[in-house]
Amino acid sequence: MPELRSETMTVNMGPQHPSTHGVLNIVLELDGETIVAADPTVGFLHTGIEKTAEQKKWQQVIPLVERMDYLGPQSNSLAFCLSVERLMGLEASMPERVTWIRVLIAELQRLSSHLVWLGTHGMEIGAISVMMYCFREREQLLNLNEMLAGFRMFPSYIRIGGLREDLPRGFHEAVTEFLDKFPGKLDEYEKLLTKNQVWTKRTVGVGYLSKEDTIAMGLAGPIARAVGIPYDVRRTFPYLKYETFDFNVPTATDGDVFARYTVRMEEMRQSVKICRQALSRISKTGVYDCGDYRYVPPPKDRVYTEMEALIQHFLLYSQGFNVPKGECYVPVEGPRGEHGFYIVSDGGNRPVRVKSRAPSFFAVQGLSKLIVGGLIADVIAVIGSTDVVMGDVDR
Amino acid sequence: MTAAPGTMTESHTTVVDALRRAVPKAVIEVGAAVDMPTLYVDRENLVAVCRTLRDAPSLQFALLVEVTSVDFLPAEPRYEVVYHLACLGEAYGHAPARRLRLKVRVPGGDPHVPTVTSIYPGAGWPEREVYDLMGIVFEGHPDLRRILTPDDWQGHPLRKDYPVQVRKDAVSWSPLQLTPEEFAANVRSAQAQADKTARRK
Repeated sequence: MPELRSETMTVNMGPQHPSTHGVLNIVLELDGETIVAADPTVGFLHTGIEKTAEQKKWQQVIPLVERMDYLGPQSNSLAFCLSVERLMGLEASMPERVTWIRVLIAELQRLSSHLVWLGTHGMEIGAISVMMYCFREREQLLNLNEMLAGFRMFPSYIRIGGLREDLPRGFHEAVTEFLDKFPGKLDEYEKLLTKNQVWTKRTVGVGYLSKEDTIAMGLAGPIARAVGIPYDVRRTFPYLKYETFDFNVPTATDGDVFARYTVRMEEMRQSVKICRQALSRISKTGVYDCGDYRYVPPPKDRVYTEMEALIQHFLLYSQGFNVPKGECYVPVEGPRGEHGFYIVSDGGNRPVRVKSRAPSFFAVQGLSKLIVGGLIADVIAVIGSTDVVMGDVDR
Repeated sequence: MTAAPGTMTESHTTVVDALRRAVPKAVIEVGAAVDMPTLYVDRENLVAVCRTLRDAPSLQFALLVEVTSVDFLPAEPRYEVVYHLACLGEAYGHAPARRLRLKVRVPGGDPHVPTVTSIYPGAGWPEREVYDLMGIVFEGHPDLRRILTPDDWQGHPLRKDYPVQVRKDAVSWSPLQLTPEEFAANVRSAQAQADKTARRK
C-alpha cells in the first residue's frame, strides 16, 4: 500500500491562457481544487509608454496614452488632457459645447468598454451568445468613432485645448439612433443572464472582497461600488461639469462577481441617460476648441489664406507649446474606476513625467485576495469580473 | 458639495494643523500646486504622518490613490516620491471629501524611503513599480521585487540618465523542453522499464 501523499501543487495560469485577458500570468498554489496562494505576475506587455512620453511634445503624448487602456482609449486621453489643461489654466476658457461633447464621448466610451467586458466575461463563463450580441452593439459604437475621427479604436479626438474638429454631419442622428435602440438591447442581455441559473451559480457568492479590503487595496470603481462604497469620481470630485447631469451611482452590497455584474449593467443604463442629456445640450455646429491659437491649430481655411494663421500652425506642429512649470493630477471616472494622469512639467514643451494611475494595476494586485480560498474554476469568473486590461496594467 | 479639489481652502490648513498636532516631530512644508493641497514630509516621519492621515477622524484619507516618483536630475535632492491620497467623503466615512498630495524628497546618493504598506496595503505594487523603474528602495517592503521588467533587468528605465533606446534580450528565459538527447534517453528508459514489467509477468 503506497503512502498517501498530501502536498500542494503549483500551477501556472497564463500568460497564454485565453481567458486571462491578454497576458496575465498567475502562479497558483492548489490544494486539490482550492487555491491556497496566488501570485499574479505582470509585465509581459510593458512597452515603456511613460518613458516614451517624456521624449514627446505634449500633444504627441495623446496617441500614446490612448494605447494604454485599449478598451477605453478616449477616457485615457480625456484624463490626460484635463490634467494638462488644469496646469495650463485653460479650463476657464473652455466653451461649454466642448465640455458636453467630451461628456458624450466619455460615456459612449464607457458603454463600449463595458460591452467588451460583458461579452468576454459571459463567454468565459460559457454564455457564448452574449459575446456575439455585445460585439454587435460595440461595432456601432466603433462606427461612431469612425464617423467622428476616421479611426475606430484610437481616435485621438480629444486634444489639449479642445477637440480635433467639429462633429461630422449626421452625428446627432447616428447617436440618437444608437441611444434609442440600446436600452432594449441591454434588456436582451439581462434576459439572457440575470436569472439564468447557470450564470447565477457561477457568479453569486464567488470572489467576495470586504469593504475594508477593497479600500485598503486601492480599488476604486465598479469593484468598490459592488461592495457598497458609492464612490464615483463624477459625483465625489466632479469634473466636466458632471454635477449638472442627472444620474445615479449604482451600488450593490454583496461584493461578489454577480454584484459587479449588476453594478456595471446599471452603469450602462445611467450612461445612456447621461448621453441623452449631453446630446440635447450640443448644438449641431459650433465651437470645438478654446480658440487660443497658441495651443490649438487655427482652422484650415485660415491657415490657407492668412499668413499669421500659417505661422501659428507651423509653430504648433514644429515646436509645440510650453506648459507652465508644475504638477497636476485630475482624475476621471474611467470604465474601470478612478483613472488619471499625474503630469510634471518643467515649463518646457515636453513632459518631465507622465504617470498613469491605472485602475487595472490595482485590480490585478487585489486579485490574489479575491481568488485565494476559492476554487480554481472560479478564477476565470473572478478575473472577468474585475475587468482588467493588461495594456493598462503594464503600460 | 465641497470646494473644488485643489483650491487652498480652510480644509487645507485643517489637515496641516491636525498633522502638526499628531506628529510634532515631522517636518511638514506646504507646497504649491494648482490642483490639490501638496505637502512635503520628511521621510523619517512619513509612516506616522500617513497613519494620522488615515486614522484621524477629521481626516480619514482612506484611499491611497497612487504612489509614484519623479527624477529631477541634475537637481539635488534628485528624486521626489509622490503619494496621492483621497478622502472619499460620505462614500466611505464622515470627513469631507478631499484630495491630498504628499511628497518626500529623496537624495540621489541614498534613494531609500520607508514603505507605507503597513498603513495602505495597496501600496505594495505601486512601490514595487517605483523600485523597478526608478530604483528607489522601500525599506520594510514585504516583497520588493521587480514588477514590470524581467527579474534580471539591469538599471532603472525611468531614471533620466537611462538611455531611451536600448535593445536588450532577457536572459532569464530558458527552454522548457528537454534537449533531444535527454528526450531520447527518457524514451529509452521508459521502454526498458516497460520491457522489465512485461518480462516479470
